[in-house]
Amino acid sequence: MVEKSLMNNYVEGDTGPWEVVIGLEVHAQVTSQSKLFSGAATAFGAEPNSQVSLVDAGMPGMLPVINEVAVEQAVRSGLGLNAKINTYSVFDRKNYFYADLPQGYQISQYLQPIVGEGVITVDLEDGRSRDIGIERLHLEQDAGKSIHDRHPTKTYVDLNRSGVALMEIVSKPDMRTAEEAGAYVRKVRTILRYLGTCDGNMEEGSMRADVNVSVRRPGEALGTRAEIKNVNSVRFMQQAIAYETGRQIDILEAGGSIDQETRLFDAQSGTTRPMRSKEEAHDYRYFPDPDLLPLEFSDAFIERIRRTLPELPDAKKQRYMDAMGLSVHDAQVLVSEREIAAFFEQVAQGRDPKIAANWVQGEFFAQLSKAERDIADSPVSADQLGGLIDLIADSTISGKIAKDVLVSMFESGQDAAAIVAEKGLKQVSDSGVIEAEIDKVIAVNPDKVAEFQGGKDKVLGWFVGQIMQATKGKANPQMVNQLLRGKLKA
Amino acid sequence: MNFNRPERSHMSVDKATVARIAHLARIGVAEEQLRPLAAELSGILQWIEQLNEVDTDAVAPMASVHDEALRWRKDVVDDGGKQAEIIANAPDGVNGFFAVPKVIE
Repeated sequence: MVEKSLMNNYVEGDTGPWEVVIGLEVHAQVTSQSKLFSGAATAFGAEPNSQVSLVDAGMPGMLPVINEVAVEQAVRSGLGLNAKINTYSVFDRKNYFYADLPQGYQISQYLQPIVGEGVITVDLEDGRSRDIGIERLHLEQDAGKSIHDRHPTKTYVDLNRSGVALMEIVSKPDMRTAEEAGAYVRKVRTILRYLGTCDGNMEEGSMRADVNVSVRRPGEALGTRAEIKNVNSVRFMQQAIAYETGRQIDILEAGGSIDQETRLFDAQSGTTRPMRSKEEAHDYRYFPDPDLLPLEFSDAFIERIRRTLPELPDAKKQRYMDAMGLSVHDAQVLVSEREIAAFFEQVAQGRDPKIAANWVQGEFFAQLSKAERDIADSPVSADQLGGLIDLIADSTISGKIAKDVLVSMFESGQDAAAIVAEKGLKQVSDSGVIEAEIDKVIAVNPDKVAEFQGGKDKVLGWFVGQIMQATKGKANPQMVNQLLRGKLKA
Repeated sequence: MNFNRPERSHMSVDKATVARIAHLARIGVAEEQLRPLAAELSGILQWIEQLNEVDTDAVAPMASVHDEALRWRKDVVDDGGKQAEIIANAPDGVNGFFAVPKVIE
């Protein structure tokens, strides 16, 4: 029986507490038009084997030539991960046989990667932050895709992905809970998306992770780890960690030992199982690829890239809190995607940032999700949402009416002002008009007036409701309140 | 992950190592060939090991005999679109895919 202790993140076994140690290898597809070493396209969803050059197919005599954008993207990512950039790195061959690896080896980087140690800060649900170390980032080729379910006895192979540039980002074994691991992957994804170096699309396989899990008694040396391969969602990763933790603790508490092995996560059962080929301990026989000279560039090259970095999520969050006065929570939500932050800033331009933040992540997000749209293809633009907020600010409409107007904006794509004019929703702030309505209601409800004057303050709300109903919600609520009190007390 | 290469001081290859290397390289080697091959490979390695007698402490490792830098290419799509050619040599192909005996983990 495994129970989670909230105090120190230890997992309570039958024989005492265990500490879980997690390290992640994130494989992120580099955003580029062509592949790492060939001029074939990288676009997702093409006809099988239609985006394959003779290099990607491993034809004899073909030579790899490196894509300059893949190099720039790796450097850019390294800078975004606060990591050391190595101006000299080496490509090696990682040798193994598999049907979707036509070369018989993957070109990767082993001893001398393009990016060295770095660190990122992850935000946890209880508001705490933790620094997670980056061990390295290296460039490598993706393999092709094997499809096992289209034929009873055959595997189909599509090499479109073969040779696409990947960045393998290796963390230090710094995570202690599934939550931290999830927060780490999300943060890496956010940073890469801000940088434009990986689209982070886990469904299309642009980002996947190998998860290393081990357990130990608190304070003791690292335990033997199991590596869970190719997990393609944060939820699956967290399930895999939970299952693996329980499995390892059960084995150790029963007096057994953990095999260092590669395992697969089965999404249907939420369990992990050893890969069938485990008897063949991997021996990749890395050696420098004789087809490729070392990858070298100058410090000036790095600086040129550094100058084009966007404001990254941590800096943006701090600015939203310091300069705009937003809460930690609001700032965190708004910086989670670069597109959301850009949208918010456009709305906040020349307006009260707190009001803009409330509208963006309140009513606007609610309508957006109802319409099943992304912020990128929102039917209501940032300027249009800003226009709606302006109408509240200058008392043309009340906040309550504004919510209805936003719904109409999502339906029609029209500007707020046009909808307000068309539907006659302009707020009534003419005291004469409001007073007339108040007088009518007072005249026909002498009993309610008596109640109020007898000390039942709550009746005021009933009066406000009547006036709002009579004016179809258009009466300026502050004025109604103020004028009502005056008249009822008289 | 261990990024350190194993230490190698004395190069000598036994029968089991030959069998293992052959398996990793997917090369079929008959049992009776293992011992002679082990002897041959050991001989080659010992011959190469003479290089260890040269003092290279002050010499930077050389990546290539060519005095040139890695060539980079622009990120443009100028290849692909040859599905038929790509699978032309495959023993079996279906609907543009390579088809191989089922390999599933």
